[in-house]
Amino acid sequence: MLRDQSFEDLAGRCGEWLRGTGPESDIVISTRIRLARNLADFPFIRRCSDEDRLSIERTVRARMDKIEQLATVRYVDVEELSEVDRQFLVERQLISRELAEADGARAVAVDPGEQFSVMINEEDHLRIQVMHSGLDLDSAWAQINELDDLLETTITYAFHPKYGYLTACPTNVGTGLRVSVMMHLPALVVTQQIDKVFRSLQKISVTVRGLYGEGSQYTGDFYQISNQITLGKTEAELMQQVAEVVPLLIDYERRARQHLVQNTEKDLHDDVSRALGILRTAKKISSEETMHYLSKVRMGVNLGLIEGVEVNILNKLFIHTQPAHLQKLRGRLLGSSDRNIERANYLQQHLTGQGKRESDLN
Amino acid sequence: MKCQHCEKPATFHITEVLGPDGPHVVHLCEEHARAMLSKESASPVASIAGALAKQLKLGGKGSPETETKECPVCGISFFEFRNSGRLGCPYDYTHFEKELEPLLINIHDSSVHRGKQPHRAAVSADSQARLIRLRREMEEAIEREDYELASSLRDQIRQLEDAGKS
Repeated sequence: MLRDQSFEDLAGRCGEWLRGTGPESDIVISTRIRLARNLADFPFIRRCSDEDRLSIERTVRARMDKIEQLATVRYVDVEELSEVDRQFLVERQLISRELAEADGARAVAVDPGEQFSVMINEEDHLRIQVMHSGLDLDSAWAQINELDDLLETTITYAFHPKYGYLTACPTNVGTGLRVSVMMHLPALVVTQQIDKVFRSLQKISVTVRGLYGEGSQYTGDFYQISNQITLGKTEAELMQQVAEVVPLLIDYERRARQHLVQNTEKDLHDDVSRALGILRTAKKISSEETMHYLSKVRMGVNLGLIEGVEVNILNKLFIHTQPAHLQKLRGRLLGSSDRNIERANYLQQHLTGQGKRESDLN
Repeated sequence: MKCQHCEKPATFHITEVLGPDGPHVVHLCEEHARAMLSKESASPVASIAGALAKQLKLGGKGSPETETKECPVCGISFFEFRNSGRLGCPYDYTHFEKELEPLLINIHDSSVHRGKQPHRAAVSADSQARLIRLRREMEEAIEREDYELASSLRDQIRQLEDAGKS
């Protein structure tokens, strides 16, 4: 593995989860799978002393170093990072907020294509994650399963014959598996159908969370659809539960969009056009407001109501206008009000020249 | 009747069935009622940690013996687990099996793993639990400045760690 504490090369890129390719990618943004694993010979994180955390971090790093297939993986010491760098990794979904905000020795290993990351000393000793663009459950599972097998060649996991993989929180025990499909559902939000849809999902053990996981707000109309339970079913069955729901949600969202186009075309057209106008001409704009309008514009482009703006540019803007990315791209730390001004500049720069090539964007 | 939050008359009387303290009624003016209801629908629909907390509460308080029962390996009590929702070490699943079983069934509707199995057989769960316990005892010995005991514990830890590597 390569020790690396700087990500200047990543900032200009989009990151796997917003690459915007794959089947149904106008509605399904990304597929993510994570596995929770713990070392058998250490207490769970909450009960760890500082020395324990350090030993775990060192042990895992040394064991991963022995794995040939991980030679090109970037290994980042999260404890040593500045706050803006931690936030940067959160925005790219390479680490969780929990890991960013935790104390003591902790790290993340990230592959060059940003498709997988292994967090060390999060709520569990290991949180292995694989993220693919679009709806891609099978190949995401194949990749994470292989990675899990690789790690297991050098690490002894805490495993119980009856309860399976043991985790700090009993809600993750068994498979330790959480499948999350990230969806963009603006029309269900506008038509106020979204709560109804979510209530019906709860009844079938499928749960919904915001963009940045548990407890986060539903930013930019992005929603994560995940399995709720982890024990008593095979990994394939748990993935199937989510896989069955996704096409239904795609169908609801498409119907809601059609309804909006047919019944309120002028209103909708007006709404998405105004959103684009604000993004192009604002002189200062918050990241929340940006997400809100980018979401509308994205739907407008997908419905053919807005022409000349590419979806992949919008996808990039979703991530580049977030606080840490903006500061990385501008190469300096900025206070909140300066960020709002810079963000407006950045949006103007990238949205006024219509149909700009992707390579121009950084 | 006045609104609970301002001087306006309370025109909305909402019975909260799923509140943290069981059913209770709130009396609000239209403005505050709207604020309360919109806040509710904006909050995440289902948080997993929240579901767990609810399950823990559902179980009610256990007997005093259950509450103070401590894991011999990591030292966590069942009471501490109830409060934090996080277990202390892998051995807790064995030590608190009786208490955890109904909780797992509540959360997952099952208590038997049917998924993937590790390829490697663990050395032995006993020796790993022993390692966790010895490390804890060593740290406690260092805190008490009992360095003789600490160094003897350290030797035992190394021996066990080396046995695990082979």
